[in-house]
Amino acid sequence: MVSLLKTPLYERHVELGARMAGFGGWIMPIQYTGVLEEHRAVRSAAGIFDVSHMGEIRVSGKGALFFLRKLLTSDPASLETGQVQYSLMCCESGGVVDDLLVYRLGEESFLLVVNAGNKDKDVDWLRGHQKTTGHGDSVEIRDISAETGQIAVQGPRSAEILGKLCEAKLEGMRYYSFLKTRVAGLEALVSRTGYTGEDGFEIYLRVGETKEAWDRIMEAGKPAGLVPAGLGARDTLRLEASMPLYGHELSQSTTPLEAGLERFVSWGKGGFIGREALEQEKREGVKKKLVGFVMVERGVPRAGYELLKMGRVIGKATSGSYAPSLDGCLGMGYVQAQEAVAGNRIEVMIRGRWAAAEIVNRPFYKKKGGWSNGRE
Amino acid sequence: MGESELKYTREHEWIKVEGTKALVGITDYAQEALGDVVFVELPEVGKELEIGDVLGVVESVKAASDVYSPCRGKVTAVNEALFNNPELVNKDPYGDGWMVEMEFTELAGDLLSEEQYEARLAEEGK
Repeated sequence: MVSLLKTPLYERHVELGARMAGFGGWIMPIQYTGVLEEHRAVRSAAGIFDVSHMGEIRVSGKGALFFLRKLLTSDPASLETGQVQYSLMCCESGGVVDDLLVYRLGEESFLLVVNAGNKDKDVDWLRGHQKTTGHGDSVEIRDISAETGQIAVQGPRSAEILGKLCEAKLEGMRYYSFLKTRVAGLEALVSRTGYTGEDGFEIYLRVGETKEAWDRIMEAGKPAGLVPAGLGARDTLRLEASMPLYGHELSQSTTPLEAGLERFVSWGKGGFIGREALEQEKREGVKKKLVGFVMVERGVPRAGYELLKMGRVIGKATSGSYAPSLDGCLGMGYVQAQEAVAGNRIEVMIRGRWAAAEIVNRPFYKKKGGWSNGRE
Repeated sequence: MGESELKYTREHEWIKVEGTKALVGITDYAQEALGDVVFVELPEVGKELEIGDVLGVVESVKAASDVYSPCRGKVTAVNEALFNNPELVNKDPYGDGWMVEMEFTELAGDLLSEEQYEARLAEEGK
């Protein structure tokens, strides 16, 4: 039997009374006090998440930039040191191997942050393409996941909370940028990124120092309403913000164009793996499209439920839940491209019964005020 | 009223019998295991149910669970408060979180006493 990996914060979660469950090969906290309470805390104050399960891969060397331009859909050449980019890694068919964040650490050095469950597959994929892209010797690929801990602090008060402990100034930091600094005296890489639709930070630390950082952030954040938040709240938050989740909205049988992520495909940079397939798809038009929908009739949509139009199946839900901030039920799913129109009335087959829903523009939830993104 | 007057099913429903009427809900263990309840689906008043029929559905943030009828009979009332306040199932599973009232003709033969139900949970390591 394969045993589940434990993050450096495992004991903390148990002490906090978290409900633990397997996720992506790790045993992770699903919730502490309750998903709704944690969700609302992140929207109104701040939440702290253990995201140490995420994979971290260093790609460096003279050929690193060219190699990544070939492997990813985005163009990391457009990044300056200190900037972060969302990107996708595709296979020849245009299907998504993984979605990830690229950090430009230096001229020839990058950090890829990938999904926990895909990490080994990604490392193999990258290494497997070193030779085929002619970068056998000029690129070093190092899986540093085991030596890296990661904590996310998310919510409108996250800058204020982390600001108390961070050596560098956070106020002026742009969305999707990062700094190497100290948090509670510990060496850390801090980026203004996240997966909740709120302002927030992701903090990368040495694995052995993660617990101390967690404790210090918890202590500093308590007066401002910081609470530990689990994967349950992370999922409802990202769903409201309409962010794709690998294995749900993204997989090797869906392309970035179908998922509505063309803005992360750099057509101007030249060849990359999957380009031909994506170009063809763009020429011919996608057959299915990812949409967001809200329930008009009562019912909770779930991943896998059929989506219908006048009784005819037009697609399938990929995620769905009650959305605490919007106090309604909503979901995302793939439908035939011609049906992917905001305002279109559809039905969701909920446990043998049809319930009316409406396709709407995404994201469902937008942070009030917005923040400087640096990209768009 | 103590909870000891209640009988339990192996599927974590409770039933409280008074004459030929019975109230049905889900147990404290069940609501705790489900997490935040966000939606409850209940039958129409007048519906006839057999023992073991799906009586309703409880949806938490993450999952949907069927609730099974612990008796044969007719639904005489449903707890409409749950439509707008499904969290009552979490807050007060044996009280305000009740789900249906039934006029019953037969009870399931394998209902458990509180001690038996507790023992069963313990046995399953719950």
